[in-house]
Amino acid sequence: MTNPPYDVIIGLEVHVQLRTNTKLFCRCSTEFGNPPNTQTCPVCLGLPGALPVMNRKAYELSVKTALALNCNIPNFTKWDRKQYYYPDLPKGYQISQFDLPMSENGYLAISSPDGEFEDKNVGIIRAHLEEDAGKSMHDEAQGLADTRIDLNRTGTPLLEIVSEPDMRSAEEARAYLQELRLLLTYLDVSDCNMQEGSLRVDANVNLHVHTETDEKIATPIVEVKNMNSFRAVERALHYEVKRQYEIWQETGNRIGDVPKQTRGWDDNAQLTRAQREKEESSDYRYFPDPDLVPVTITNEQVEAFQQQIPELPAALREKLVDEFSLTPYTADVIVNQGPEVVAYFQSLAEHTGDAKQSGNWVQGEVLRVLKEEDWELSEFPISAEGLADLLKAIQQGELNNSRGKEVFSEMLSAGTSAADAMAALGIEKVDDSALEDLCREIVMANPKVISDVQSGNEKAVGALIGQAKQKNPNVNPGQVRQICLDIINAL
Amino acid sequence: MSLSKEDVQRVSLLARLKLSDDELTTMTEQLGQIVSYIDKLSELDTEGVKPMAHALDLTNALVDDEPHESLPREKALQNAPRSDDECFRVPAVLGE
Amino acid sequence: MIDLSATSLLAKLQSGEVSSEEVTAAFLDRINAVESRVGAFLKVNSESAMQAAQAVDKKRRSGAPLGKLAGIPIAVKDILCTEGEATTCGSRMLEHYVPPYNATVVEHLLASDAIVIGRTNMDEFAMGSSTENSAYKPTSNPWDLERIPGGSSGGAAACLAAAMAPLSIGTDTGGSIRQPAALCGVVGLKPTYGRVSRFGLVAFASSLDQVGPMATTVEDTALLLETIAGHDRRDSTSAKIDVPQYTASVNSPLENLTIGVVPSHYQDGLDTEIESAVKEAIRVYESLGARIKEIEMPHAQYGIATYYFIAPFEASGNLARYDGAHYGYRTDQQTMLDELSEEANQTDGAGESPLVRMYRKSRSEGFGSEVQRRVMLGTYALSEGYYDAYYLKALKVRRLIRADYDSAFDQVDCILGPVTASPAFRRGEKTNDPLAMYLEDLYTVNANLAGVAGISLPCGLTSENLPIGLHLQAAPFQEEKLLKVANMYQSATDWHTRRPEIQ
Ligand SMILES: [Zn+2]
Repeated sequence: MTNPPYDVIIGLEVHVQLRTNTKLFCRCSTEFGNPPNTQTCPVCLGLPGALPVMNRKAYELSVKTALALNCNIPNFTKWDRKQYYYPDLPKGYQISQFDLPMSENGYLAISSPDGEFEDKNVGIIRAHLEEDAGKSMHDEAQGLADTRIDLNRTGTPLLEIVSEPDMRSAEEARAYLQELRLLLTYLDVSDCNMQEGSLRVDANVNLHVHTETDEKIATPIVEVKNMNSFRAVERALHYEVKRQYEIWQETGNRIGDVPKQTRGWDDNAQLTRAQREKEESSDYRYFPDPDLVPVTITNEQVEAFQQQIPELPAALREKLVDEFSLTPYTADVIVNQGPEVVAYFQSLAEHTGDAKQSGNWVQGEVLRVLKEEDWELSEFPISAEGLADLLKAIQQGELNNSRGKEVFSEMLSAGTSAADAMAALGIEKVDDSALEDLCREIVMANPKVISDVQSGNEKAVGALIGQAKQKNPNVNPGQVRQICLDIINAL
Repeated sequence: MSLSKEDVQRVSLLARLKLSDDELTTMTEQLGQIVSYIDKLSELDTEGVKPMAHALDLTNALVDDEPHESLPREKALQNAPRSDDECFRVPAVLGE
Repeated sequence: MIDLSATSLLAKLQSGEVSSEEVTAAFLDRINAVESRVGAFLKVNSESAMQAAQAVDKKRRSGAPLGKLAGIPIAVKDILCTEGEATTCGSRMLEHYVPPYNATVVEHLLASDAIVIGRTNMDEFAMGSSTENSAYKPTSNPWDLERIPGGSSGGAAACLAAAMAPLSIGTDTGGSIRQPAALCGVVGLKPTYGRVSRFGLVAFASSLDQVGPMATTVEDTALLLETIAGHDRRDSTSAKIDVPQYTASVNSPLENLTIGVVPSHYQDGLDTEIESAVKEAIRVYESLGARIKEIEMPHAQYGIATYYFIAPFEASGNLARYDGAHYGYRTDQQTMLDELSEEANQTDGAGESPLVRMYRKSRSEGFGSEVQRRVMLGTYALSEGYYDAYYLKALKVRRLIRADYDSAFDQVDCILGPVTASPAFRRGEKTNDPLAMYLEDLYTVNANLAGVAGISLPCGLTSENLPIGLHLQAAPFQEEKLLKVANMYQSATDWHTRRPEIQ
């Protein structure tokens, strides 16, 4: 298949709700899910005379996030009013940041372990702090019926992270979002719950169509909204690319020929629809909010925030490969599970002294169980030390890996230690001389195997392992194999 | 700088005001006079002058993230021109 | 009793010579007698004031600690939110609006045990210089009922001149305390920006608005300022600077006083009677030993133009919240929907959404014409393409105006001049000429733009028996100095004791 005759250009705007107790400019609670209009005060209702006062925590969380996104933190930032009328915006303006955002010029590295795309840094134009709007509930079926307004969410702190148009496919966009969400999880600055709206994604997408003369022509940019999951983002982008190429073939419209369009993703119909244009062009008449004063930060303070940033996913992946000798794939799987799983792995590896074995067990058994049971790691009943006891027993040959998995299941279901679970399954270490006696007995009873081995077919000894296990299930197959070979060779 | 009636019409939508034709005429005239008076600022050379948005050079008025009590819902809704037990009510956001 | 200053009344209350109930009843009687002619109040708290006075008397008898203004009646401009009381800002938009919280200044007054006797009339949203822009009624100047009292704190000044209250709270964005104080022959002080909390003050232009004290003497002004000033963490623009005991120092003259006068103040346009009254005041200061120094304020002439960019910019944003959605006036919904469907039939096209039409009709019906004019002006000047030409330009000129003040205050303690170019004009005289009305603020706006302190005090009467105001300005947070210097003048003259005969 030949490449499509265009490049896909995607930039993402992500709104992240910051994990604060109170709103950005008043001290109403930000808790989700309470009855409508029970979390408001004169400030977030926009009542006459009420004044905003900035939440320190929200500023600090955004500085940390911006630093983790490799952004520059200017020493001076201010707040501006973005003016538009909408009933979920009671002041008639949103307090946001216009020309002097609190951070700018960063990047986020993305990669694809299965090689869907080349590793790259996606540029971050800026991340700025702003207040959220409330919620409008329309019953469109009823036509002219009233819209109901809930202002609980009004004023909740949002960090808007604006990427450069650096992504070239829906897959890259998805990887960017996943990596961003993971980063935010490691920073513990947001719960990133898309269903509850604490992470929202808008995409700007267009094409650079290749002409026969090797020119590239940019098509009009479309902003896609209403994507409620990463999967939806991926699908919406695929849809939009296809749609835009068709429109290009039909109309030949270039960027600037038509006004920027906003389209909403309809997840049920799996398509995007043009959204109703506003009554006038988006003339937000930004100007500095005279009710708020600027925030300044020194380089020393920025450095102090830098120190507070925990190890981040990209660095951890490298560390698990370099220091723990995991494969890039296993390191990726573990790191993508979040900081708790990484800590569990590190503790396990420390106790067992075998990082590779620990990595395999975490990636295989532990994550399988978490997924099957839909558990968080905190709900997982076996501690790293407890699991380490089992893994050490396997290392010492007390039982093999597959018996180990049985013991693991027993530990989970009975909630016991490795030793108790092994005892319950009747697993005991087989005494060396008893094992030698057992092997000698089996070798002697199988002359065909002896002759096969002696004529150079060592594999034939495999038949003896099964027999030894039937007589004593605790034997270590590797040991049995070696002893049997030794006996035959000594004959 | 001259203002046309169309400019004033456009601005009245931005400002969410609805002016009758007579009001538009008067407004155009009055705004025109005011703007041409205040436009005298353009005669001043302000090259290199730092804009002054605040009279006081205050910075970093930040407070701690500690919740206070919100208003009881009846109070939040008490001044609403239209509401139900839970929500403010406004005419449909979407038209037609 | 009603001719006494708040300071004298406090002394009588403390000595037990009179009760707050008697004082309050006396002022309420006066209101009953003259308010129908003056129209200073939008609401008189006849009952609750008497109850509060009785409560303060009881508290005093019990020996409990009392606030600074215990038992003294005070009038509050109807722009400061008061929990449970309609706060209208002189606008139809807020006719039935009842705030669920108190402004910080109102809290200070309540904590001081003052008796809030009523809410005073004002130009709608404080936009105006004559109080003719009140949606409810005009206020008359007690010196001549055909004339305006000034504005926007016209009710606040008129109630003092008519002896309906001994103290009054005003607000000043471009001269709204000082100009009506001058035209009504009372004292009004605009504090330094950041000196008094704006929390609960319904915003007109946030970077210029200040709440301030109004009274009949400088001493009372000091007392009231001391009560309402101070840092407030609910107002990010409030200064963390301690409040001096103004009353403790107001009676001691300032040593080595240097007064600045600006020659350009006395150029064309200034009424000759005002000019001679102000020049006479200069001689009074000279006789008190002050040095007079001429200073230049080269950018002062750009004040009005700068102000009429900045104030409407901010106002257009501050007033966006009045859209009929969550509180305040909303147009009749059924009429509006009928109108829309009729339009749709005629044009058979998609018209405005019901929501947008609701916004536009509610705001046009709820706001008066001056408010609409300023909202339009601010919206226009901020709309696409004009940000640099208008907004940034105005802020740069503002910096130049501030720099004029800074260099002036390096040389002098106070700047002295007229408050207004002419005495109170007749009602209706400037209604159709917005620009002429704007020029009323010529001498006062620069203090707001620069954020310095200013006071207006009576310094004469015209041949038509109309008050003339003297304007003194001091550097930021130099209210103590300003009050001392003003009090030096009052101690040497008796203009502040003149009262009008109300016709
Ligand atoms: Zn709130």
